[in-house]
Amino acid sequence: MSLDLRIPMGMMFTLVGMILTAFGLATRGSAIYAVSLGINANFWWGLVLLVFGVAMLMLGRRSQKRLVSLPPEKVAEGDVRRGH
Amino acid sequence: MLNLTAVDWLIMLLYFVFVLGIGFALKRYMKTSKDFFQAGRALPAWICGLAFISANLGAQEVIGMGASGAKYGLETAHFYGIGAIPAMVFVGIFMMPFYYGSKARSVPEFLRMRFDEKTRALNACSFAVMTVFSSGISMYAMARLIQVLHVFDGLFHALGWAPEGIFTFSIVLSAVIVLAYIFLGGLTSAIYNEVLQFFLIIAGFLPLVLLGLRNIGGWSGLKASVPMQYMHEWKGVAHASTNPMGIEIIGIGMGLGFVLGSGYWCTDFLVIQTAMASKNMESARRVPLIAAVPKIFFPFLVILPGLLAIGLPTPHTTTVERNVNGMIVRETTVVPHNVEEGRGLVPAKINPVTGMPMLTASGEPLLDYDMATPNMLLHFFPTGILGLGLTALLASFMSGMAGNVTAFNTVFTYDLYQSYIHKGASDRHYMAVGRWATVGGILLSIATAYAAINFNNIMDTLQLVFSFVNAPLFATFLLGMFWKRATGHGAFAGLISGTAAAMLHHGLTLPIEARPGIHGGWLTVIHHYPSDMAQNFWGAIFAFGTNFVVTVVVSLATKARPESELVGLVHSLTPKPPKAHNVWWKSPEALAVAVLLMAVALNIFFY
Repeated sequence: MSLDLRIPMGMMFTLVGMILTAFGLATRGSAIYAVSLGINANFWWGLVLLVFGVAMLMLGRRSQKRLVSLPPEKVAEGDVRRGH
Repeated sequence: MLNLTAVDWLIMLLYFVFVLGIGFALKRYMKTSKDFFQAGRALPAWICGLAFISANLGAQEVIGMGASGAKYGLETAHFYGIGAIPAMVFVGIFMMPFYYGSKARSVPEFLRMRFDEKTRALNACSFAVMTVFSSGISMYAMARLIQVLHVFDGLFHALGWAPEGIFTFSIVLSAVIVLAYIFLGGLTSAIYNEVLQFFLIIAGFLPLVLLGLRNIGGWSGLKASVPMQYMHEWKGVAHASTNPMGIEIIGIGMGLGFVLGSGYWCTDFLVIQTAMASKNMESARRVPLIAAVPKIFFPFLVILPGLLAIGLPTPHTTTVERNVNGMIVRETTVVPHNVEEGRGLVPAKINPVTGMPMLTASGEPLLDYDMATPNMLLHFFPTGILGLGLTALLASFMSGMAGNVTAFNTVFTYDLYQSYIHKGASDRHYMAVGRWATVGGILLSIATAYAAINFNNIMDTLQLVFSFVNAPLFATFLLGMFWKRATGHGAFAGLISGTAAAMLHHGLTLPIEARPGIHGGWLTVIHHYPSDMAQNFWGAIFAFGTNFVVTVVVSLATKARPESELVGLVHSLTPKPPKAHNVWWKSPEALAVAVLLMAVALNIFFY
């Protein structure tokens, strides 16, 4: 499997993190944060998710690069594909 | 009242887009049936490990553990400590070599290799049926929750659609999404999305626990707000009357730990399939161990919201009188009846006919514990992060469905179709069958979900039937893998008698506060249990014991297979795998010891 899950997952958490952080910034001081004890939950948690997403993306990219730089895999004997 | 704004919908939409996107991205790697059903047996251990635990994290666990936390307190952590962890360690170290090494493509196929065709057929049929029904129950539960939380009400209102359609809409939406990503990417897609769901649950619930704890005054504040027994896992466990769940230590130890826990973690293809997708034997053995680590810590995430919900003050209708410029103004905040009669954030169940709260046998209002976790989400999360929390909940439902559907399509295609309907066809044919089996499985699940509306007790009945079938399973595998003398006739007889024993036990016993019927005692009542948990545990013990004894007796009375055929399938006839690394602390055995130590430490901490 050549699709490293960390890349799409990292992308998703980065996007969600960005959305929440931006929304948190836009709604600072708003009354909606009364339920979350006055803490701007969107902003802070958005930041956490953003960091996590970026970390995943970097790990995934690094692993992908490493795979690409490996020598090509030897094909086993007798594994010749007959054309259709 | 639930007010979802555009941000919440955006986050939910984003999740669905990525889920489908992963399915599409994986489609081009689906070249053979091995790719489709077994993820090519090429996935890294960490992905399989997280999927292993996530396969078990359906919303029924997330909501159910919250409900148990609200009802029983920390003792619920038993489910993790005693039930799952030792079983996961056992399956990783001792059973994986046979599951993976035999190259069986499914658990029933392993049974055919070790025992005989009829044992495989029994297991395949019962598993296929149960897994489809489980998926349907998941769908039903999700649609009901969406209805009760009024998640889609705003959307439907804005679009001018009738709110009666919300149930169908939820079912169809979840069915279409799961169908799409499994059809495209097979087991790999299911596994990848399970890992995504794992992180999403942490993302959704960790802030909830943090906010809840901060609100109530930290750990000591929580201790002060809930009854003392709730905060201890083990105290009072020596006798049934001194702990909230009403079970004694033998019942817990044997019933929960050994039989129920192992019955699930060691034999259920739903979880085992994620380990069998690993890229080599070392990885396969490490998968359940890797899964055990978050499993040790997850109790905090899913049980605490329930505890916190009960610990919060119960809302009451209040009137505030103020003097505004000489005028007396009275503001009344009206709290619905069912909320007032509840405890904390957990409402009471209201009898729809009389409008009065339903009562337990002792006259207390019957509480709707399932609402503990969802109400916590609504209570603490502002719009924005609320969308994230709801997405996490939806994700766990869908991923529970997906795991069941991939297990179903594999067992159907390999164990039923290929074995009994059409042998020797091309690989492409079986892949196509697998895809159609996915469609069929989802349709059957939808049918189950709708049946659940009309038949009130269907969920409970189905889960009862599953427990009858699952309870004896572990004995069969234990004997199969560790006793070379076990025969196919023995296994078959054992499975049937074990299930019969479970049914008999249920028909003859009854928990104290229940009436005969679905709770037991439908033959005649010869024994009362303090709770239905206790009844479950003891039933499991009887089923296991009966299966064990019958299998041994019948095996000794029937002819054994020649030992040469059982190499690689039984412990005593399999050469030990060579140690693959020089570093001792990376070996599965070292990891197992570390996991067990962590689990013991946690249990001591919450004594």
